[in-house]
Order: sequence, then structure tokens, then C-alpha cells
Amino acid sequence: MWKRDEAVKPTSAPATPTAAAVAAHHGGSPSASQPEPRQHGREVVNIGKSIVIKGELSGSEDLTIEGQVEGKIELKDNVLTIGPNGRIKAHVFAKALVVQGEVNGNVSATEKVEIRDGGSVDGDIVSPRVAIADGAHFRGSVDMQRKNAPQQTAPPRPAAPAAQPSPPRRKWPSPPRARHSRCGPVRLVPPSPQGR
Amino acid sequence: MALSDLFPRRRKDDEFGGDGSVHPTKVLDRFLAALGGRSQPILLDLGPVVGPNVTFFGEEIGCKILVEDLSKDIDRHVTQGTFDALPAFLDTRFTQETEAIDGILCWDIFDYLDRPSADRLARQLKRVLRPQGVLLALFSTVDTRSTQATYTKHVVVDRTHLQYRPYAGARPKQRPVMSRDIQRLFEPLRITESFLLKTNLREMLFRKPPP
Repeated sequence: MWKRDEAVKPTSAPATPTAAAVAAHHGGSPSASQPEPRQHGREVVNIGKSIVIKGELSGSEDLTIEGQVEGKIELKDNVLTIGPNGRIKAHVFAKALVVQGEVNGNVSATEKVEIRDGGSVDGDIVSPRVAIADGAHFRGSVDMQRKNAPQQTAPPRPAAPAAQPSPPRRKWPSPPRARHSRCGPVRLVPPSPQGR
Repeated sequence: MALSDLFPRRRKDDEFGGDGSVHPTKVLDRFLAALGGRSQPILLDLGPVVGPNVTFFGEEIGCKILVEDLSKDIDRHVTQGTFDALPAFLDTRFTQETEAIDGILCWDIFDYLDRPSADRLARQLKRVLRPQGVLLALFSTVDTRSTQATYTKHVVVDRTHLQYRPYAGARPKQRPVMSRDIQRLFEPLRITESFLLKTNLREMLFRKPPP
């Protein structure tokens, strides 16, 4: 019912740390290094368990973090996955975020945030879609901006089928009647309210 | 052949795997309606984190949701043997600014508190609630103190149904709060809706009057 999108799947991380991870370990950005595994044509970089990064991390590839990151992570057009061993103490900006490990810090995603069973987020989330699984830990606030800004024109959702239908029903009958009484023969449709 | 045979009713429990029983709610719809006219309201949820609820309220009213799970605080004070300190803890528990919240979901948290803690919590909630803001609370009307210590996750199924998912806790429900005591507890908030359900649960909606 809640339409949990399974589009964002955990990346199957390689066992060994990638070149990107090694580069990151030496202070460089992992995105600048060579791409590692490819999934469905998309490049996915993995930061291994033993890697600790302090500073700013940005890039244009999907990223899986199994290590520790402190500072800021920016993957505005990509999916960031915090693996079960991942420990993040940072502000996170991503297209989509999947949390299986721990995140301490505010999170902003343009598409969705998913906290899976065993995942933990301590911080504020800003994202149009948020999915929190049973068994996940979350402490903070969730700000889900509506995609359709005007509230009145929001499409009817499955949870609220009976909330809005009555006003249109009341409004509909009056215009046809008025038109009919104007166009039709007077003797067939006596305009009783107007006549009085 | 009966008409019901042609159109068999589908039980709500079936849709959710029978994990918890689904019960009708009358007050949730009114709560949502009260928040519906506001742009990006701020909601304070005192229950445990429930993913479907976050999604529901976010999509339904486009609100910002603050989750402050008080049952964890109660559990911690019970297990550490510091329950007497809970009232003082509740005085400083909510860091929100005065009159910053549009709607508060208390669920049944007051059933687990003693009188001093309930007083302090109500005082804080009245402080953070904005004028014309609404507060939803459920109160048990039967004495269930003998039963085991369980809390309830209230999962929103739709505007008129809640699923009750019990889970283990450290403190059982206390003696039911009388109606007049509830009224005094939340004064000067006005009771706008009060429903006694077949589940012996009283659903209440309070509104903070304009200054």
C-alpha cells in the first residue's frame, strides 16, 4: 500500500576495497579514481570496511560505504548506500540514500531516503519520499516536500477516498438545470424559484 | 445466493498479514482535516517510529514530522530505576520553541504515565502547540494494569483505520484517566471531538484556542 519502491537495491559490494577506497584513504576523492564494478551500466564505487575518511566526499557515481566517513558527502545525482558496516558522521546530500548502517547527521535527498531494517539515522531528513522499515532506528525530523505544490490540486491518494467527493456532487446539478430552464419551453419546466 | 457472497468483504487484517488487529478510528480524519488547510504544518509524533505513518502523513498533508519516541524514555527510566525523575526529565525533553507545532500525535502515551509525569508532559505539549493547533490522544477506559507490559504501535492504515501492533515494553498501562481529569490535564485546550470506541478506547481531539 505504501508503494515502497524497491528500485534502489543494495549494491553487491566486492570483497576487497577498491582503488577508489584506497585513493580516499590517502586523502583523495574516490570519485576521481578509476571505476570499479558496473551494475546495469552504472558505475558503483565501494568504500571498504577499513577505510576512514575525514573531510568532504563528492562524486558522480553511485557509492557504497562500508567504512567510516566524517564530514560531508555530496552525490547529488547518484545513489548513496550506507552498508551494514558503514558509520557516517556527516551531512549527506544525494539523489537517493539507502541506509543499512549508521548515519549521524542531516540527510537531504532529491529522490528518496530508505532506512532499512538494522539501519539507523540520527538527524533530520529532507526528501520527497521516505521509507523507514520495521526494525530501523530513526531520531529526528522528516520533511517531505510535496511535489505538487498547491494542496487543493493534490491527486487523490488511496488513503483518502471519501474525503473530497461530496462538494463536486452538490455543485454539478445547478448549472445544467439553469441552462435547461433557460433553453427549454417555459411550460414544461416552470422556473419555480425564480418565478416567485 | 446472498449479495455478500458475490462481493465478499476483504478484512483489513488480511491486507497486513494479521500482524496486528485493525480498528476503526474516527478522530484521525478530523485531525487530518484540521491540519489540511495549513501549508507545510509541523507534526510532533510521540510514538515509536513507524515508517508507514511517516510516509502517510508526509504524503497526505505534506508536513514536517518530528518523531520523539517517549516510550523509549519511559523504558529507560523504568529499567534504570529512576522513574521518579521522569517528571523533571519531561520538563526539558522538548526543545521545540513555544507555539511551533501544528499537530501532536500523543497516541496512548498518557496511559503509561503517573499523574506528575502526565501533568508535566501535558504542560509541555500545551506550550509547544500553536494556537488553533490540534492534539490527538487515546485513553484506555478499562483497567488493564494486570496485563503484561506492552506498548502499542499505532499504524495508520487509512484515514479511518488504525492497526494496533503490540510490542514489549517495560511499563504496563496504568489506571485509566477519568474524563474530567483529562479535561483538567489539557486545560485550556478545548475538546473538539471525543469518541468511545468498542475497543474501550477513548479517542480525543483537542484544539488550542486562539490567544
